[in-house]
Amino acid sequence: MGRKPKLAVYKFASCDGCQLSLLNCEEELMAVAGEMEIAYFLEASRAVVKGPYQLSLVEGSITTPRDAERVHQVRRASRFLVSIGACATSGGIQSLRNFKDVREFVSVVYATAEYIEALEKSTPISYHVRVDLELQGCPVGKDQLLEVISAFLHNRRPNVPAYSVCMECKKAGNVCVMVASGTPCLGPVTRAGCGAVCPAYQRGCYGCFGPSGSPNTISLSERWQQIGKGEEEIVRAFRSFNAYAEPFRRESEAYERLLTEKALRDSTSSS
Amino acid sequence: MKAEERLVIRPAHIQQLIDSLIRRGYRVKGPVVRNEAVVYDDLSSLEDLPIGWTDEQGGGRYRLRRRDDEALFGYSLGPRTWKVFLHPPERRLWKAERNGRGFRIIEEEERPPLFAFIGVRPCELHAISILDRVLAGGEFVDPSYRARREGLFVVVANCGEAGGTCFCSSMDTGPAAASGFDIALTEVVTAEDHYLLAEAGTGKGAEVLGETGGVRPGEAEITAARKTVEEAAARMGRSMTGSDLKDLLYRSYEHPRWDDVARRCLTCGNCTMVCPTCFCTTVEDRTEITGGTAERWQRADSCFSAEFSYIHGGSIRSSPKARYRHWIMHKLAAWVDQFGRSGCVGCGRCITWCPVGIDITEEVGAIRKNGVRGSDREGEG
Repeated sequence: MGRKPKLAVYKFASCDGCQLSLLNCEEELMAVAGEMEIAYFLEASRAVVKGPYQLSLVEGSITTPRDAERVHQVRRASRFLVSIGACATSGGIQSLRNFKDVREFVSVVYATAEYIEALEKSTPISYHVRVDLELQGCPVGKDQLLEVISAFLHNRRPNVPAYSVCMECKKAGNVCVMVASGTPCLGPVTRAGCGAVCPAYQRGCYGCFGPSGSPNTISLSERWQQIGKGEEEIVRAFRSFNAYAEPFRRESEAYERLLTEKALRDSTSSS
Repeated sequence: MKAEERLVIRPAHIQQLIDSLIRRGYRVKGPVVRNEAVVYDDLSSLEDLPIGWTDEQGGGRYRLRRRDDEALFGYSLGPRTWKVFLHPPERRLWKAERNGRGFRIIEEEERPPLFAFIGVRPCELHAISILDRVLAGGEFVDPSYRARREGLFVVVANCGEAGGTCFCSSMDTGPAAASGFDIALTEVVTAEDHYLLAEAGTGKGAEVLGETGGVRPGEAEITAARKTVEEAAARMGRSMTGSDLKDLLYRSYEHPRWDDVARRCLTCGNCTMVCPTCFCTTVEDRTEITGGTAERWQRADSCFSAEFSYIHGGSIRSSPKARYRHWIMHKLAAWVDQFGRSGCVGCGRCITWCPVGIDITEEVGAIRKNGVRGSDREGEG
């Protein structure tokens, strides 16, 4: 038997939830350890085996100048680089800073702002280096993670669909919450992968898995307005875990502009 | 006792009908209220039925409503179709086990339950006959579908209500079923009376019907049942007609309406999932981490995803416009060439369950009204 391929798991700015998804695999993790050498996975062990690594799973977004350098080292050390989770694929919840002035936050939060080296924007891994596959989700699904590892091990294309949550919802036999109860739901523009967890409990989708392959956010927002949701709610809905994912970003910014224009009009008409 | 062809049964007799089917070994499926909608699921008792419920439907909108009577079949249609039982959205085709340097295929042994469906709407019966043609009628038969379909016992519930998005009248698929059922029920609810006119369509149906304790109908009861269905037909708000539909669509490949609908279409795939005749599937190979076993699964697919038309080099239908157009073109036009009839039965589910309420009858109407612009079939994307 040849040498086992080496697996590395890296972390940038993130909550570690995606790495935990891997640790949560438990039984299957043993199988992974049997097939791969878990060479670099600080969350699991501080023992480090030198690279290069055949497969690197990268969690987190790039938020500091140091990380913007480090991610290039990670790329150089990796044959296949898979970015995992909302942070690594879209900038994560911390990309909310991208819509504001981060220096202002720093001055408010930290006693000595000079010690803080933060980039103006939180960006996904693919903004900095070539990525072989992006696995979306906040956090990524355990099954999808195993599917990617399994596909890598057996030299096949991973089955990671880009279609919407609606497909999973219908497959599960859920009743559409938007149609049957008027509950706003991001499912039609959100990528499948979670198994339609929220609609199964009569909640609208929060968009944890980020944009689907062809998300028509404009049409969905118009529908949200028809069922009684305001512009502010639309901005907030698109501005969560995947706020900086291009289609979601554009949509929240469009409605933010509308709100700003409205506020301007109101202030000029009242003065 | 000679099995009767037509009987009047009381609502309570539906319990005997269910019992009689269960006794014969059927897995009985029928309408139940679940999560704000009428869906098809296991049925064991009369009480499971959506007694006294109806629905209000429009483009992208469905609401359950109370009726002021105790009708058993007083709703129209919910989001779930019978195809989920006959053609499940996910199914393992086979398994393979590593065997030294090679591998061994393990055939999937399926023993599907013997199904009895209670409350099949006439349009849905047509949909099942379309699936029969597609999945079991041609040269290549889907053995799983055939196994599930073969022993199926069908109890039709003719429509006394026209749902808000129904257009079966114009598609000639309802609101009453003429054949293809074991038993057909027409429910009559008036201020004074509540009964179901039951008609046996097969010997098996007559036998089961004979065990329900019904009585022979009088002329008045037969007339009232017929009138109920006629009234439902008259109340239908939508239509989609025209024997020229196929040619009209084929000529309208470059119609500007496709751009218009593409602006609204979410490409979420809901319409294809709730359509009773959309049958497309894809296959997925799954492997165990250790590589000891591999499985091939069949999974429901939708022409609204980019992967659906992915071949070497990319997706054939990369734009939402191309996907929506493909769906309608196939359903209403190419289907006729392929399977001898339209793929649409007028149930209106794609209208109700489209989150943004895109209406197939309206889209076709717009294409018809604005005439044909361009007949060029080039330039897919």
